[in-house]
Order: sequence, then C-alpha cells, then structure tokens
Amino acid sequence: MADVSVPAGGLLTTSDGRPLKSALATAQQRAKRRAFLLVLPLLAFILITFIVPIGQLMHQAIYNDGFSANMPRTTAWFVENPPGTAPDEPAWEALALDLKDSAAARTVGVVGTRVNYEMSGTRSLFTSTARGAARFEPPYREALLAADAKWDDPNLWGTMRQVSDAYSANFFLAALDMTRDVNGKIVPMPQERQIYVSLFIKTFLMAALITFTCFVLAFPIAHLLATLPMKWSNLLMILVLLPFWTSLLVRTTSWMVLLQQQGVINNTMVAMGIISEEGRIQMIYNQMGTIIAMTHILLPFMILPLYSVMRPIPPSYVRAARSLGATSWTAFRRVYVPQTLPGIGAGSLLVFILAVGYYITPALVGGASGQLISNLIAFHMQSSLNWSLASALAALLLGSVLILYWIYDRLVGIDNLKLG
Amino acid sequence: MRGRIGFSHYNECRKSAGPHGETSELSESHNDAFVAFDRVQKSYDGVSLVVKDLNLDIAKGEFLTMLGPSGSGKTTCLMMLAGFETATNGEIRLDGTNINMVPPHKRGIGMVFQNYALFPHMTVGENLAFPLEVRGMGKSDRDAKVQRALDMVQMGAFANRRPAQLSGGQQQRIALARALVFDPKLVLMDEPLGALDKQLREHMQFEIKHLHESLGITVVYVTHDQGEALTMSDRIAVFNDGRIQQLAPPADLYERPDNSFVAGFIGENNKLPGTLEELSGDKALVRLATGEVIDATAVNVTQKGQQTLVSIRPERVEFKPEMMPEGAHMIGADVLEVIYMGDILRARLRVAGSDDFVMKMRNTQGQTRLSPGQQIKVGWHPQDARALDPV
Repeated sequence: MADVSVPAGGLLTTSDGRPLKSALATAQQRAKRRAFLLVLPLLAFILITFIVPIGQLMHQAIYNDGFSANMPRTTAWFVENPPGTAPDEPAWEALALDLKDSAAARTVGVVGTRVNYEMSGTRSLFTSTARGAARFEPPYREALLAADAKWDDPNLWGTMRQVSDAYSANFFLAALDMTRDVNGKIVPMPQERQIYVSLFIKTFLMAALITFTCFVLAFPIAHLLATLPMKWSNLLMILVLLPFWTSLLVRTTSWMVLLQQQGVINNTMVAMGIISEEGRIQMIYNQMGTIIAMTHILLPFMILPLYSVMRPIPPSYVRAARSLGATSWTAFRRVYVPQTLPGIGAGSLLVFILAVGYYITPALVGGASGQLISNLIAFHMQSSLNWSLASALAALLLGSVLILYWIYDRLVGIDNLKLG
Repeated sequence: MRGRIGFSHYNECRKSAGPHGETSELSESHNDAFVAFDRVQKSYDGVSLVVKDLNLDIAKGEFLTMLGPSGSGKTTCLMMLAGFETATNGEIRLDGTNINMVPPHKRGIGMVFQNYALFPHMTVGENLAFPLEVRGMGKSDRDAKVQRALDMVQMGAFANRRPAQLSGGQQQRIALARALVFDPKLVLMDEPLGALDKQLREHMQFEIKHLHESLGITVVYVTHDQGEALTMSDRIAVFNDGRIQQLAPPADLYERPDNSFVAGFIGENNKLPGTLEELSGDKALVRLATGEVIDATAVNVTQKGQQTLVSIRPERVEFKPEMMPEGAHMIGADVLEVIYMGDILRARLRVAGSDDFVMKMRNTQGQTRLSPGQQIKVGWHPQDARALDPV
C-alpha cells in the first residue's frame, strides 16, 4: 500500500506517479498484441470469405444498375425532369441513342431484364426495338413508335423512371409480395403472384415442427446417454454420432430408398397386408419427406447440447425431490426439466436456425410442396438470375433469424445457452 | 468365492423365513422398534452381496450412526431405507409397517444428501417450500413454516438467495432445514458434513446434535469419520464387508470393541499377537511370540491354545508400577521416540519385538518425561486389553 499513492481525485497511481490504468494497459499491451496476431489469420479468412461476400450480396438487394449503367442519357433526363413530365423530344432522343449504344454493346438484354422485373413483358420490347436502333433517324418519337407502339405507354415511362435509380427498395418489396404502382405507391402484388410471404411462413412453421419433433425424440435419448452405465452410453453415443459423420447426401438418398412409393416401407406394408397395392402412401417428394429426413439429419444437434447439460446433473437432485414427497412426475417436471433448460434452448435454437436455412434435403426430397425459402433463393440465384431478389430474400431470412435470436436472448438469456 | 458365500446366505434366509407363523411372531416382537431392518440382503449384480445379513432395530428418537469404510454397505442401507434401492431379500419396517414396496415420496422421511442437493433453479425459500407445496399446503401456512425452519438454522434472512450464492456451511444448514421443514419423524443424513472444513464440521456436529435433541426426531446418520460418529451418536453400527461388526453406544464401542476390525477402525490401538495360555471366565493369559505373558479380557476367543490378537488403547498403557493392580503382569519396553503433542506426550516403544507400540501420557505437572533409549516396563488393567480374533 505504501508504494501506491492515492491522490485527492481518488485515481490510483503507481509509485512513480503514472496513473494505474495506463500503467496496466502498457503492461498488457504485448500480450494483447500477441493475442491479436494469433487470431489475425482467422480474422482475415472470415473477412475475405464470409463477411465481404455476404456484404456484397446484401448490397445487391438494394442496388441494381442494370438500367442506369447502360442507359445514361435516359437516366439523366429522368433526373432533370420531375415525375409526371410527359416525354418530350429530348427524352425520345436520349432513349433512342441509349438503345443504339446498348445494342452495340450487347447490354440491352440486361436493361430489358431490369425493366421486366418491374413490368412483365417488356424485355422483348427492348430487345426487338434495339435490333433496328442503328437506323433510327430524328424525329425519334416517330421512329420508336414505328418500331413498337408500346413505347407510348405512360406506365412504361413510369417504370423506367423507377429503375433508373440504381438504389431501390423494390426487391425487398417484391420479396414481401408487394410492388409499386405507376405513381410509386406501394401496393400488394396481384393475388396469383404472391408466393414469398406464404413460403416464409411455411418455412418457419416447418422449421418449428422439425425442432419440436427433434426435441421429442432427443430428450429421452439424451437422458439415456447421460444415465446409462458407461459401457452402454458409449455404444449409444456412437450410434448417435455415426449418422452425424455420414455424408448428408448419403443419408438423404437412403431416406429416398426407404420412403418412396416402391420403397422398403411401402413394400413391407403391402406385403404384410396393412395397405393395398393401390393404397401405397406417398411419404417422400412432399412436406412429409422433408420433415422426416430433416428431423433425422438435425437430431444430433439437439441430442448433443441436451446430453452435455444432463450429464453433470447428479441423481441426488431427483432423489432429494422424491424424498421430499414429490411423485416421480413432479420431480421430473419441477426439478429435472428446469435444470435442462439451457440445453433445450441451445438445441432448439441450433436446430431451428439450421432448419430455416436448409437447402439440400428439401431440394432432394421435398418435391413441390416440401420446398423451403432457401430453395427459392437458390432458384433466383441459379435459374432466373435475379440476384437482387435472391439477396433480398436471403437478407430477410437472415434478419428474421437474428430477430429470433434476440428474442431468445431477452426471454432465456444467451448466457444460459450450453452447446457442449 | 464371494458368489458362493452370498448364495448360501440367501438360501439360509429363505429357509428361516419359510414358516409364516414364525415370521409374523418375529415382526410382532420387533414392533417397539421405530425402524427395523429384518434379515435384509442386497445385491446389485446377482453375483455378490453388498449387504449380507442386516438386522437392526432403531428406537424412536434415537441418533444412530452407520460407520464404516467406503464400500462397506452403509450407504446402500441408507438408500434402501430412503426407498432409492430395493432390498433383494428381507424386510424393512417403519413404525411397524413393511415399507419395502412404498415409493420414496410416500415414506415421509427427510433426507440430507452429501452434496446438499439444493435445487439450483429455486431460491432458498422455494427449496424449503417445495416439500410443503407437493403436499398441497396453502401459501400462508407454507410461508410460516419455511420461516420457522429457516430461523431454526439461523438462516432467516436468506430466503431470497439462490443456493449458489451461499457458502458450503450455509448450504448445509439450508439442506438440513429442508429435510426438517415438513416435520418428518425420521431424518436420514448421508455424510452431510463431508464437504466442510474441519472447524465448521465440528460446529455443525453440535448443531445437528442439538436439533436432534430439541425436535425429538429419529436420525440415521452415515459417515466414515469415526470422530463424528463418536461425538454425535446414541449408538453406532460399525459396518464392514456388508455386515454390522458391532452395534453399541460410543463408549462401549471405543472401550470394548467386539473384534479386531472394530478395534482397528475406531481410534488408535496397539495390537499384540499371541497364543491363549489360560482362560477362566473372561480372564485370559496370553503368551506373546517372544515368550512374555500378558493379562487380557477374553472377547471372542474360546479355547486354550487359540491364536489371538490383543488390543490395548495407547492411553490405557501404564509404565508406573504403582498404578497397576495387584499381580498384574508387566513387560519390558524400549523407548524409541517421544513426540510432544501439547496436551499429550506420545511415546513409541518396542514391545515384544514390534516397533510400533504406542503409549500416550497426559502432559500434567510432574509427569515423568521419558527419553529415547530408556528401558521401562509397561502394563495395563486386564479389562483394557482385549483378546480378539486374529486377523
């Protein structure tokens, strides 16, 4: 104590008068720098392969320069003139020259696609008009209308004005089954084109159902694992982990073998006379197939956190409850289950988050009705090539999972999470 | 070998329990006992017996301790009484009724566990209210009883704490209060003080003893600490190898052990092997291997010429001839070492060829101070030397 002087302010200093806090920081600096250098490779890896690509993709959801980059004159005219202005000759000239340039640069397809996202049937208008664009002479209005009379449509001009801004929330609107009308007002999509919201809901419901079935199956298994003698629990543990180590594709395919209409289970039931030859049950290539296969694949993610929570619970807690007068059910409910809550929370969160974003299994065994939102994201990434919509859908998925995580943290507390 | 022993015991028991009249007569004669183990056997694997043949009556209000090394079967007996293990054979009675088939929650027995087993997700108050709640007691009655139980263990201000926020000693008190809050007639304690430090343990021993006296409950206490057993108990059952070796009050157990195991397990003792030279009543003369003859009390030796082990407590060894009774034998001893221990002086002697004969002398004013190398003669009152079975 004699070496440490306490000034009037109450701030502790070292014996040579430096403030204690800065002295401590200096003393720890070396260790901190070394620790940082140790994690630096991992940090760089995550940054380059994970955070940057995800960030770029998220950027795609609100940024699409398909129109503005290739139609600079038209875009400039939209900036100069307020919305509602009827297209004058400079506007027609800008459009005709832009079409001519983009036809030469072979980018008119991109432009057409971008406009087509907002107003269907316009892609062919752009491509067909662009074919003759090199021969356009002033007055350009007549030249364009001669190529196709649809150019006079005020809705088309309204849509072009919307897409001329590279930054747009329209993809998020589309992902939520909404669109903008000619005046830029947000309105719901026509009934027959609303698919995403209901698919989001279905994805969350199915993930919840899969989480629940996993929990129901995993709880007794985890309890057995935690209470059986070492010899048997080790064997059981191997049985739990064996599928975990097996390839996802192998497991999914084996479910196909088991569940299909000419598969093992149906054949057995027909042979035993439980169902008739005509009454073979469709158990795969639909929602049921997705639920069965995903429950099986995600089961270890529920068992392991539960097991890690149950193993250290000594039997004396339940015994104490019994000796205090509780029936075995009351002892289980009031004393055992509350102590496994961190494991239940961790397992459920893990399984739910994995299930919500699951792709391969529903793609293989889901058929038409068993598709989840991730399958649609993949469709827009790979087939329709509408990356902006795919990004918007993915961003919504990510956002909703983060919100769930936040709710869980508020309700249960993330500190209570025990993953192993 | 063990398996065969177990099997023959099992058969014996089956035979003796055979005639129904005999069994019921037996039960009636035990009716005054509050807790009764009647020819109880326990096997976990069907090959060997953990509890071999347990007959034990515990009176109402008694403090009975089951003492023994680990693996001696004492905890198994307690678990059978609590209902967490079933007796493989035999009968356990509580207040005259057979409880073999009664599930633990209907036995109404309070229990204190080794690791306290306080429910970590409940507060202290909720822990104590738990047994009352499952019995359907109303909230106001519950609160009053919980408060009274907490006050009883001087923990009245801790009702809203979590068990993890308490020290070991405080958790121990709460566990005790929880086992007592629903007014059980019988309380079982499974090494409840094992995790506490020495000072706290000694303090808690007295507190548990006082609670037992003031509440008039029956306590069955399991420990492997002989000091604890001697301090607290009315009677002690010493377990070894699945059997009760001796059941006696603390003083009897210490001063008059029935066999070599009890003599060796409780307290310090000197063992002198020899042959029984003369036997009249319980007075015996034993000839040691080196030829000397000593006095002893015959305990479980019956024939002249039999091998025996004479057990003498170090504090009962005398080296002053004037303290010895008339005609008592004394034998020569070499002082090897004298250790000053404060209240006593501890001398290690060579007696009859063995180097670890110990004598304790009180450190009183004017006590003769021995020094190493000195030659003395030692002896003892015949009733303090007990000729036991050779081990």
